[in-house]
Amino acid sequence: MSDQNHRPPNINITPEEYQELAKKMTPKPTILKNIILAFLVGGLICAFGQLCINIFVQLGLAREDASTATTAFLILLGALLTGLGIYDEIGKYAGAGSIVPVTGFANSIVSPALEFKREGYVMGVGAKLFTVAGPVLVYGITSSIVIGIIAYFLR
Amino acid sequence: MFEQIIPAFVVGGLICVIGQLLMDLTKPSFTPAHVLVLFVTGGAVLSALGLYEPLVKFAGAGATVPLSGFGHALAKGAMEAVDERGLLGAFSGGVEATAVGIAVAVFFGYLVSIIFNPKG
Amino acid sequence: MDLKRIGNQTVVFTNPSVILSSYSVVGPMEGKGPLGKTFNKVWPDTINGNPSWEVAESKMMEEALEGAVQESQVNKNEIDYLLAGDLLNQIISSNFAARTMGIPFIGLYGACSTMALSMAVGTMLIDGGFARHVLVGVSSHHDTAERQYRLPTEQGGQRSMSSQWTVTGAGSLLLGRSGKGPRITAATIGRIIDFGETDTNNMGAAMAPAVADTILNHLHDLKRSPEDYDLIISGDLGILGLELAQQVLKKNGLYFNNFSDCGVLIYDKSQDTHAGASGCGCSAVVFAGHILDKIKAGEYKRVLLVGSGALHSPTSALQGESIPAVGHAVVIEG
Repeated sequence: MSDQNHRPPNINITPEEYQELAKKMTPKPTILKNIILAFLVGGLICAFGQLCINIFVQLGLAREDASTATTAFLILLGALLTGLGIYDEIGKYAGAGSIVPVTGFANSIVSPALEFKREGYVMGVGAKLFTVAGPVLVYGITSSIVIGIIAYFLR
Repeated sequence: MFEQIIPAFVVGGLICVIGQLLMDLTKPSFTPAHVLVLFVTGGAVLSALGLYEPLVKFAGAGATVPLSGFGHALAKGAMEAVDERGLLGAFSGGVEATAVGIAVAVFFGYLVSIIFNPKG
Repeated sequence: MDLKRIGNQTVVFTNPSVILSSYSVVGPMEGKGPLGKTFNKVWPDTINGNPSWEVAESKMMEEALEGAVQESQVNKNEIDYLLAGDLLNQIISSNFAARTMGIPFIGLYGACSTMALSMAVGTMLIDGGFARHVLVGVSSHHDTAERQYRLPTEQGGQRSMSSQWTVTGAGSLLLGRSGKGPRITAATIGRIIDFGETDTNNMGAAMAPAVADTILNHLHDLKRSPEDYDLIISGDLGILGLELAQQVLKKNGLYFNNFSDCGVLIYDKSQDTHAGASGCGCSAVVFAGHILDKIKAGEYKRVLLVGSGALHSPTSALQGESIPAVGHAVVIEG
């Protein structure tokens, strides 16, 4: 066989045509089902939080403290359920219903830390606790500072 | 005991629905982390515009439990600290107001991570 | 010496390699799937008592490699090369498994197409008279892959409908110059095709054009048509990718009623894997068990295995780059 210049064949489709085809055939998320479940689970978590606030108030805490204590309790609960391997099972169905509440924040802190435990307690657990929490704190605190500065100059 | 539970349920649920729509209708590169960042920032901005506090009064936990509530606490803390301390308050206020939440997240996050192992 | 190269990308072997033995080790989910009985060994869980998932994956590959050697009864001193690869950075699972095997080692990376790639290169080594025996093996592990490419396994998030589940499995073949067994008679090495897919949760769509391109060139080079094969099977296009590949090939006048995919066969709908399976281990364990069994039984006389690989990195995906993909084809005849 002497060396010959072959080519084509080329698949008879442009990238744009293919993108169209792929978009058409890719299954869409079950939006309605997701919304309903997100509403139910998210609502339930918030309702549970409200119950906790009410109980704390009955136990004598001031409203603000009751709210803070409830947030702390929900963070602990989210962390625990993540450690037990239950939170991701909930998240599969609940989607944003389990991500948006502060329990989801706890889950996003614990899950990477658990995952990288094998790399040690400093660079594994310690560093990875902030893979998701980090951006939340950076953007949250930065926003509050910017808002504070604007508020200062407006007053 | 049960006051505000229904508003909390409805408002909390609706805020999560917004998150779900964002996740389902945007590019796949929009991960849960992006959702959380958007919510905390959004909560802070709405708080600064005076729109979040009424929601908290109406729905209680329905507004404080979602992560937008954390943003609200940060912004509210900063604005109140500015009233008390001036410009320095802009820097101290947010973190001071949410100190318990941050400390709890770090502490319990760490504890749970060292006790348990991932299931896969 | 006469060139064994035919057409654009294909090589026809004058001394085809013989598949002397095979061995597959899988995790519990694969064991519970439709092909559960075709695997040599099923682990009770994905870690099997090892200190980490990464160590577990390496051990799984070792078991598959050792298994193939034992089954063939060939002395390790007569195995001239080990060709292995996996999905992890620096193909670390293979490096550690090769350390134990002690055979001269060539590490290969083709993502999920590594099995077909290794079978092709291994046969080239044998056909060219460079080796008496070549041991070929690949592995993938759901948890090590998720950790490296995607999100932490305990994070509560939803998987998209097009996403695929990485197979926890290792498959191995021992190739020789002579003996009884199915033979690898030709190979088509693919070129990278990238049609701009950026969604790493839609690997099927990213890889389909590459697989179609390789199949098109293969058939063109050998002047064959789909009916010349009893089975044409891709590595892990998944349900969506398989459909897309067939649509693209239709536009080139090629129609198939014998085109399947390992990623579609290994799990059933009840296992909720959305679009099917992926991972190096997918094509390896499905071929080493199910398909090889059928070839040996005479059900399939000529099979085209087309490994499909998505060659992106976690960093490239974050930078918004699209996914370059490749398809490698090998012909196995009974």
